[in-house]
Amino acid sequence: MYKGLEVKIGKLRLLNPVMVASGTFGYAEEFSDFMDLKKLGAVVTKTITLKPRPGNKPPRTCETPSGMLNSIGLENPGLNRFVSEKLPYLKKIGVPIIVSIASEGDSREFVELAKCLDEIKEISAIELNISCPNIRGQKSEGRSQNVRLVSQDPKATYAVVRSVRKVTKKTLITKLSPNVTSIEDIALAAERAGTDALALINTLLGMSIDTQTLRPRIAAVTAGLSGPAIRPVAVRMTWEVYRKTKLPIIGMGGITDTKSALEFILAGATAVAVGTANFVKPSVTIEIIDGLKEYLNKNRIADIKSLIGALKL
Amino acid sequence: MSEIKIISNKNIKENYFKMVLDASGIARKALPGQFVNIRVSDGTQPLLRRPLGIHRVTGHQSLVTGIELLFEVVGDGTRLLSQKKAGEYLDVIGPLGNGFSVLGSRFSVLVAGGMGVVPLLFLAERIIQGTEKRNKVNPVVLIGSKTKNGILCAKEFKALGCDVKVATEDGSQGLKGYVTGLLEDVLRHYPLPGTRYPIYACGPTPMLKEISRLSQEYKIPAQISLEAHMACGIGACLGCVVNTKEGFKRVCKEGPVFYAKEILWS
Ligand SMILES: Cc1cc2nc3c(=O)[nH]c(=O)nc-3n(C[C@H](O)[C@H](O)[C@H](O)COP(=O)(O)OP(=O)(O)OC[C@H]3O[C@@H](n4cnc5c(N)ncnc54)[C@H](O)[C@@H]3O)c2cc1C
Ligand SMILES: Cc1cc2nc3c(=O)[nH]c(=O)nc-3n(C[C@H](O)[C@H](O)[C@H](O)COP(=O)(O)O)c2cc1C
Ligand code: FES
Repeated sequence: MYKGLEVKIGKLRLLNPVMVASGTFGYAEEFSDFMDLKKLGAVVTKTITLKPRPGNKPPRTCETPSGMLNSIGLENPGLNRFVSEKLPYLKKIGVPIIVSIASEGDSREFVELAKCLDEIKEISAIELNISCPNIRGQKSEGRSQNVRLVSQDPKATYAVVRSVRKVTKKTLITKLSPNVTSIEDIALAAERAGTDALALINTLLGMSIDTQTLRPRIAAVTAGLSGPAIRPVAVRMTWEVYRKTKLPIIGMGGITDTKSALEFILAGATAVAVGTANFVKPSVTIEIIDGLKEYLNKNRIADIKSLIGALKL
Repeated sequence: MSEIKIISNKNIKENYFKMVLDASGIARKALPGQFVNIRVSDGTQPLLRRPLGIHRVTGHQSLVTGIELLFEVVGDGTRLLSQKKAGEYLDVIGPLGNGFSVLGSRFSVLVAGGMGVVPLLFLAERIIQGTEKRNKVNPVVLIGSKTKNGILCAKEFKALGCDVKVATEDGSQGLKGYVTGLLEDVLRHYPLPGTRYPIYACGPTPMLKEISRLSQEYKIPAQISLEAHMACGIGACLGCVVNTKEGFKRVCKEGPVFYAKEILWS
């Protein structure tokens, strides 16, 4: 069996480093008509919360130059219905399942979610989404005023990661926001608190206006920018975090093909996640996996791990 | 998803184009009201696919060969599509979504606003094919637009045997006013008072909202095809939702056709 693409994220061994980005792949079943799901390195679910969330009012998405804005507002069926309705299909695929979780309130919700998921053996890892820009009005311990996201504050990041770390032995991934002055500080806080890996970046906060109607093109006014437009920002942040921490990084932001996936790996990512590009080409992840293999063969590289952070300066 | 060959792409008038695709696979499965999602550029601009309704299935019932699309150039995506040539290939996903349920009633009313004629022509064909001859009352088709240049497919509907009525906002053809005015007329007078018959509609949101109101007032069920901005078109992003009595539903997956009474209008 071909081993050149194998990587490890915490305790989790992936047959290849290509996974999907939370919220862009539904619960995988949506893509079953378009690709062989078994080939994926891992599946990351849409973020779930303890209780069902209806999500934000439409319009929720719009297109922008080489990208898109979204403000879905974490619509999801909640933990119980996730386990009863979505998980059975995910289990059948046979690739590692990473469940993304978020809290509508304080870190107790993260803890409760993590405890429940920890007991399900088919779940390989938990991703802490402390970086969704589309939920509002949270108040929480450890966060100073005016801070909207946990991942905008090192102390709050530390507190959440620490409390979840205490209740699960599963691989723990912390997903970071690019909407910060220094992403390294947040990454270091998560590392100190015991996360096994970092995922970055979540969407960049943005806004777009319809000049005919004078209204925002997204009902929630501000929204998260994704797609090729954000790739240079994401590559830069991957590189910055790689230099400061020892943790494996799952790099994402505008990956559309093999070349752009390689950019992240060269900048220091151990694995990559494909998001918006799944909408454009549902089978793009498979093309990237094949493309990486071809790249290794062509350049006589035995192991993709030798490319991680191989950027020449 | 696959690379599909363009058989023809014709500028039928003004900004309107008719494109025929060599897509027998899609055609075999297609139901009226379903759509395809087309990648209009190989690059990242525009990035997302563009949804277009299935206008017609080409070929014969027993041997379908492809699908026909009808679109208006309104922005970059549709402009790029209008420039594609016969013989070129397109990346097309479909058929997607839930179409109209064709009810076996003797009579039906189809209401189109602007590009809303697209799925309704396909629907009219299926309704007429499905009705037993001796029992048949041909569907009434009501078409509305701002001006007469925007009235599409009247000839095609007539060729099928439909009873076509037109309304334009500027009065340049047919009734001056909205197509919903024509609908109200039909509901009041046409031709089987007291019997229930379905309304099928596709068009701009204000029109569909008014049709919902009328369908409730006259207690006649209406199936309406909604539009929404779509990022994925396959139910994954949750971007295209509409508010219904049972919460948000995805226009691309549970829709685009809904029963009017389900929708909570804002
Ligand atoms: C299920 C479905 C079926 C459709 N069928 C047809 C059809 O058969 N023929 C046809 O001409 N058009 C159809 N449309 C609308 C068509 O998808 C849009 O006109 C097209 O995406 C515009 O792309 P653009 O790049 O040319 O314009 P853009 O520059 O993206 O936008 C130009 C204008 O079109 C509007 N628009 C953009 N995307 C959409 C969208 N997804 N839905 C509604 N409005 C949009 C924008 O708000 C803007 O006002 C359909 C839409 C949906 C959702
Ligand atoms: C429609 C949409 C929904 C998303 N939902 C989530 C989510 O639920 N949880 C999360 O952590 N990230 C979510 N994201 C962010 C992506 O996982 C990813 O971090 C971001 O889009 C950047 O990658 P991309 O440019 O490849 O899309 C969402 C992105 C999009 C476009
Ligand atoms: S367009 Fe993505 S869910 Fe409908």
